[in-house]
Order: sequence, then structure tokens, then C-alpha cells
Amino acid sequence: MEGIPPDDVLVARLRSGEESAFALVLDSWSGGMLRLARSFVSTEESAAEVVQETWLAVIEGIDRFEGRSSLKTWIYRILTNQAKRRGVREHKVVPLSSIQTGSSADDSGPTVDPARFRPPGDPYPGHWWEFPASWPTPEQGLLGGEARVLLSQALVELPERQRAVIVLRDVEGYSSDEVCDLLEISPGNQRVLLHRARAFLRGKLEEYYEEAKP
Amino acid sequence: MTDLDCQQFVEQVTAFLEGGLDPAEEQRFVDHLALCDGCDRYLDQVRQTVHALRELPAEALSPENRQALLNTFRAKH
Ligand SMILES: [Zn+2]
Repeated sequence: MEGIPPDDVLVARLRSGEESAFALVLDSWSGGMLRLARSFVSTEESAAEVVQETWLAVIEGIDRFEGRSSLKTWIYRILTNQAKRRGVREHKVVPLSSIQTGSSADDSGPTVDPARFRPPGDPYPGHWWEFPASWPTPEQGLLGGEARVLLSQALVELPERQRAVIVLRDVEGYSSDEVCDLLEISPGNQRVLLHRARAFLRGKLEEYYEEAKP
Repeated sequence: MTDLDCQQFVEQVTAFLEGGLDPAEEQRFVDHLALCDGCDRYLDQVRQTVHALRELPAEALSPENRQALLNTFRAKH
């Protein structure tokens, strides 16, 4: 990210108590951390608390950072550990059944409604009955404010593992290796989760544009 | 090798975008793409979805939480 010095410089500044360095990482990374935390816990408030706890652990523990990963990765690991612990606690009290809806619930099965395709025995089995409708072009404002709200809400509807993967990959721009590392999942698993999450969100945008049609 | 149909195509989109198809699979995928406007559009819409996610506005700490952390940081040094 622009404006953030290399880790060795940054860590030295943080250790020496330079407040502007702390403010810089706080402002640069907290947004992504909130989104990621939200993958594991059930409310925005809870996510904010996890982020707060994480930063406190960073302030306490920065002297122990060994530089074996990047600073940001180290912080994200602290975050996921805190968030998972809290998530486990919360799920006992707050079942996440409300998010287990529709085709996104499982990690298997088709990601596009099979009814969209011609059945076996048809002259063109497995082909679209009707092509997906076109979307407004970027010039027409693909992502108006409403669509943005819709996407943010749809992210929350995703099963948590899918949400964690797509937040890190597509919202935060991490590589697949980094995501596997952070979430401790296999590359194959990561791809399946990403695939299902993207298909679900594309479907949500499709519904939205369908309804928005004049 | 048989041709890919659309229903199979949509399930390979992420593998394709991740560079995870083997050469023969990738050939079949691209061959289908060349001939099928529906799947071409589907793939494009997945790309647009990914793009839209990148553009989501960042969330932010509440000013109170931010200030509390800055105070804690300062107090420690
Ligand atoms: Zn097709």
C-alpha cells in the first residue's frame, strides 16, 4: 500500500514508539481487518472488538515480532486467531443458521441453478436455455451506491469460510498462497471456496440488475 | 476429448482465472468460450464481480476506538 515503509523501517519506528507510524498502519489496515473479522463473528460490534483486541496484542507484542512473515501477515494471523476463538464462543449462543441460505450453503453442488441449462436428452444438453442477461456497462455505472450496498450485504450472507476467502482474495487483494497460509487451508479448498463465493455474488448482482431493469 | 458444455464451463471459471486448468482443459475451456456468447458473458460477469469487490469502500475504526488505541500506544512508550 502507498505510503507504508518497508517492514524493517516500520517495525523499528513502531518499537521506538513513533505514534505517526502506528497511526499509519492503524488507518491503512483496520478496514481490511474489520471485514476479515466479520467473517468469523456474528455482529459488526463483535468484529470491531476483535480488531481492537488485535491492535492491543500488536502494541504489546511488537517486540516479539521476528520478521518471519510480513508484519501485516503477522497481524492478520493474530486477528484470525482472536476472531476464531470468539467465533467459536459466539456460535454456541448465536447459531448462524440465518446465513446458511440458498445455494451458498454447501461447499458442493452446482453454483449455477441447473434449471438455467437444457436437460439431458435435449439436442443441446447442458447449454444455456437463455444466456445470462447483459449488465450495465461501467460507463452506465456498474457499481452504483445501491449495488455496493448489495454486495456488502451479500458478503455477510456467505458461509464464513467462503466469506473469509473472498474477502482476502478479492476485496483485500491477497494471493492464493497467502490466503492458504493465513486460513490454514489447502490450495484446492481455497479455490473451491473462492469459486462458490464468486458464483454466489455474481448471482446476487444478476438478480439486482434483473430487478433494476426498466 | 468431448466438448465442454455450458454447465461444465461455469464450474471451471475460477480454475481458469486462477491458471489452474491443465493445458488440455484450458484448450477446451477457451474453445467453448470462442463459440458461446452466453459463457463469454458469464465469465465477463464473474470478472466484473471480482472487480466490484476490489472497489468496495474500506470500513473504518470508530473515532473512539481509534483514539483509544493511539492512547494505549502512547502510554506504552
Ligand atoms: Zn456456453
